[in-house]
Amino acid sequence: MRFSLKIWRQPSAETKGSFAMYQVDDITGDMSFLEMLDVLNEGLIARGEDPVAFDSDCREGICGACGMMISGQAHGPEVTTTCQLHMRSFTDGDTIVIEPWRANAFPVLKDLVVDRSAFDRIIQAGGYITVNTGAAPEAHSVPVPKPNADRAFDAATCIGCGACVAACPNASGMLFMAAKVTHLGELPQGQPERASRVVKMVNQHDHEGFGGCTNIGECAGACPKEIPLDVISQLNNDMRHAMRHQPS
Amino acid sequence: MAVTGAIFVGYVALHMYGNLMAFGGQQTFDTYAHHLRTFGQPMLPYSGLLWVVRLVLVLSLVGHVYAAFKLWSRADSARSTKYAVKKATKATFSSKWMRWGGVALLVFVIWHILQFTTRTVTPGGDSDSPYLRLVNGFSVWWVFLIYVVALFALAMHLRHGIWSACQTLGWTSSVLSARIVNAIAIAIAVIIPLGFVLPPFFILIGVLN
Ligand code: HEM
Ligand code: SF4
Ligand code: FES
Repeated sequence: MRFSLKIWRQPSAETKGSFAMYQVDDITGDMSFLEMLDVLNEGLIARGEDPVAFDSDCREGICGACGMMISGQAHGPEVTTTCQLHMRSFTDGDTIVIEPWRANAFPVLKDLVVDRSAFDRIIQAGGYITVNTGAAPEAHSVPVPKPNADRAFDAATCIGCGACVAACPNASGMLFMAAKVTHLGELPQGQPERASRVVKMVNQHDHEGFGGCTNIGECAGACPKEIPLDVISQLNNDMRHAMRHQPS
Repeated sequence: MAVTGAIFVGYVALHMYGNLMAFGGQQTFDTYAHHLRTFGQPMLPYSGLLWVVRLVLVLSLVGHVYAAFKLWSRADSARSTKYAVKKATKATFSSKWMRWGGVALLVFVIWHILQFTTRTVTPGGDSDSPYLRLVNGFSVWWVFLIYVVALFALAMHLRHGIWSACQTLGWTSSVLSARIVNAIAIAIAVIIPLGFVLPPFFILIGVLN
């Protein structure tokens, strides 16, 4: 297969970027999107040009490092991560537009690489439980009803990739934050800090410069882990309780 | 946003119901308009309740519009570099109309008050009978058109607004509750604008006169 690529090139955080056009040949449908970019970069390196910078780590859809905007869709046309997207999802001869996540809270570092540490700071603000670490406790010592455990597990599959922010017309980080609030809020271990957690996380989120949620749903549509929109309602519910029961 | 929006939903529902009195003819409608002003007498002065309602609506409007513009400006500053290509995959049609549709509704409310409350602009001719003001106004085709556009914006606002308000209040934390709320939002977004458009439509085609 052969593709025309229109890629955002930006040498550094301080410099202005612009789009550049590239051609790639000899792409097979079984290559992942990142492998296709690897082919492009090998060609660029051979010609003595600067390769296109992009993030990746696990390349198996579990680390969340690899997000990019592919022809207007976060992680491209399939419900998966960019590393698990295959070129068979495209048509031979397509022109593909590749941009970094666009959110002021995620500044571009180089080309397609953005700094997502704002997410880490939201987690640091409240997305944890305070327990003594050590040997894992006996799993049956704290019973968790099956529906709660299932919902907690589903919410915990968030890999912090940032696609929700990238797809959101408000550049809001609500789905990411709500996934963590729901994950911990469903479990007994999450209860002691439940009220303060949501308040601290939302404050940090707003402080980072993410936009406000208007319940559009683009986030859930873009999420490779299919985190559902109802976690956002859950966050709002927790917030309402927190404001009523412990003013902070 | 959610609470003030809920006040508006209640208000438009009652207003729509009141407007349907037009089908009872001049006497019925004018009596209804008069009742609105004598409601609560002698505990309240003439037009007392009306002024309470107006006050609540104005305060709600200020809060609603303030919150809307705040969200709008936050969204703008949260993404100062726009995408070259951006596809919406899950957003509903109605959700895309909230901001400009809301501005349209705001302009419409001003027009509407100038037409029927202060009677500053009276296309089709003024009258001391509320019913005749209605008939005169909607006999003019472009007045009808303004209302159709406004009601379209209202339908979009109700569809997304009711869903969004419930989500903000934390009432849609399960798949089932979200589905129910969406169905209710669609139903209200169809019924209220439809109820509003009926009297003007029958005036325009000359059935009500
Ligand atoms: C076909 C649609 C509509 C018709 C025929 C209509 C008709 C009227 C009339 C005759 C009045 C004056 C009532 C009186 O003074 O006794 C009025 C007041 C009002 N209408 Fe409507 N209306 C319509 C749609 C709407 C919509 C969609 C909204 C809001 C989004 C709205 C908001 C208002 C407000 C706020 C007032 C009160 C103004 C005041 O007295 O302070 N109307 N309407
Ligand atoms: S909620 Fe989904 S889209 Fe958002 S960061 Fe987590 S995995 Fe990525
Ligand atoms: S590289 Fe780890 S999720 Fe894509």
